[in-house]
Amino acid sequence: MIYAILRRFGQMLFVMFGISVIVFLIFFATPGSDPAARIAGRNASPEVLEAVRHSFGFDRPLYVQYGLMMQKIFVTGDLTSFVNRGWKVVPAVLDAIPVTLSLVFGAAILWVVVSVIIGIVAAATRDSWLDKLLMALGLIGISMPVYWLGEVMNLITQSRYHDTWLFSWVPPLGYKPLMSDPKGWFLTLVIPWITLAVLYIGIYGRVLRAAIIESMQEDFIRTARAKGLSETRILLRHALRTSLIAFVTLFGLDFGALVGGSALLTEVVFGLNGIGKLTYDAMQNLDLPMIMATVMYASMFVVIANAVVDFVYILLDPRVRTS
Amino acid sequence: MMLSVRDLKVSFRTEDGLVWAIDGVSFDLDEGEILGVVGESGSGKTVSLLAVMGLITDPNATIEGSIRYKGRELVGLPAKELRRLRGNEIAMIFQDPMTALTPVYTIGWQIAEQIRAHQNISKAKALDRVEELLAEVNFPNPREAMSRYPHQLSGGMRQRAVIAMALSCNPALLVADEPTTALDVTVQAGILDLVRKLRATHNSAVVFITHDMGVVSELADRVMVMYAGRVVERGSRSALFADPRHPYTRALLGSIPPLTGEKPRRLPAIPGSPPSLLRLPQGCAFGPRCPLRYDACAAEKPALGDGPHAAACLLEAQA
Repeated sequence: MIYAILRRFGQMLFVMFGISVIVFLIFFATPGSDPAARIAGRNASPEVLEAVRHSFGFDRPLYVQYGLMMQKIFVTGDLTSFVNRGWKVVPAVLDAIPVTLSLVFGAAILWVVVSVIIGIVAAATRDSWLDKLLMALGLIGISMPVYWLGEVMNLITQSRYHDTWLFSWVPPLGYKPLMSDPKGWFLTLVIPWITLAVLYIGIYGRVLRAAIIESMQEDFIRTARAKGLSETRILLRHALRTSLIAFVTLFGLDFGALVGGSALLTEVVFGLNGIGKLTYDAMQNLDLPMIMATVMYASMFVVIANAVVDFVYILLDPRVRTS
Repeated sequence: MMLSVRDLKVSFRTEDGLVWAIDGVSFDLDEGEILGVVGESGSGKTVSLLAVMGLITDPNATIEGSIRYKGRELVGLPAKELRRLRGNEIAMIFQDPMTALTPVYTIGWQIAEQIRAHQNISKAKALDRVEELLAEVNFPNPREAMSRYPHQLSGGMRQRAVIAMALSCNPALLVADEPTTALDVTVQAGILDLVRKLRATHNSAVVFITHDMGVVSELADRVMVMYAGRVVERGSRSALFADPRHPYTRALLGSIPPLTGEKPRRLPAIPGSPPSLLRLPQGCAFGPRCPLRYDACAAEKPALGDGPHAAACLLEAQA
């Protein structure tokens, strides 16, 4: 078991190494472009350009450049963004991480809990009006773009109905740190959580319903009925358990991507300066050091999410466990 | 009489119209008796027993007739009452052991689950019982087998685990739906021995569904031959094998290679294929394939006579 985990960890490191090399090559070794000029930004003086060239080792071989970059990100942490006049990249990323993690974790808890309930209820009451209603709501949830839904939410909770008893508790947009202001943290994030979760509740509820209904056709469900088990037990212990595999797969992909920056639209709408916003701004300015750092961060989370999914597979499905 | 089925009819609403999967099946079963139910695929042998188990969950199905178990009417019994019988008094073994067990739980867990669904005993006690059961179905190392997942066992072992599960609450009636079809011949023999032993030790009645006349001749006390949703012949094993009266039974027996004497160059086969249940002939369903048919066969559905050995054939009525 420990060996398997260590091996998985080694694979993760290897994948991240591969990603870092590819990203590095794309941005720093593209023929015909001068990375020093990009990093220094527009209208940079020759002195700055020279300083950049030296600091990133652009006068030395490629592998040295790569090594220096990794050193700046992971060891010394003093990677500097010249576009933003000396902004330290690593602390900026570290500041943005808790914002994105808070947003995505909360939304993930919400969407997993709600979509599991919806999936089970819809599958159990298959073809009834309740099932049809839930699936229609799910489809509506999927169809609403998150930026639009977010703006509508803001319109309702921040402006039109803010002064009513219903939404007077909603604080102004922005992020409040969990450690210093837990209540503010929670209150500012409730609306963003709901907004982000709505789409995924729709998708996951529908996926789980379909998976459960498929499982209910299996022979072992007939065996379970022949054993004299109650329908509830058959659904929860036999059909749901075998249906969760598709659910977990999907969750790993979505969660990794969201933490890695896909929550951008939600972050922008609600004024949360998370990883998505940071990456987006870096792209706008062609801020190469920042892009490098955020991509490394995102890849790390996608890889970790995948490893966690693999681990959950092992818990869920004994057939995956190798003897 | 432990089980008494009268005029059982099961129909399914389909896009092409109403299909009668079972059309007026009647049979009785005594304690400790083994009834062999024989027929081709689609003859309704499985559906009729699923109806007895209350396992037809298709919302398009309608079940009519009467199924009396120990004097109690099962047709129309509330699901909760039926559940108390299922797995406890009436147990079932399925055809394909590869898919009959839930893949994510151990054998021991699944058998204990059934015991605890019907008996109010502790988990530890249930697991002790599981160990006994697995030993009873000849697992060499029952304690160890309990912690195995289905995919870690061979087909024969899985079927024995399924049988152990069916036996877990000492059922008075065991329904076995082609339990040996998916298994090797040597494993088959072991399973048949097990069923026989079971009857001896638990005095359970067994309904054994199969399409294999050889298995029937080895195991059954009485035999019921089904064709296109109806019983075409029933009788004691010895009577049926010595004097098959329905042309279909005769054809089935004729297609078994003889063990002694001269080997035929080609085994006789029944010409044609079973009729679609959507377009059954107006008269005898076997008529179009029957070598002995005559004009009356196309007009009239022959009824199954009363007596212990009876065949649903117009020739029978003349004899």
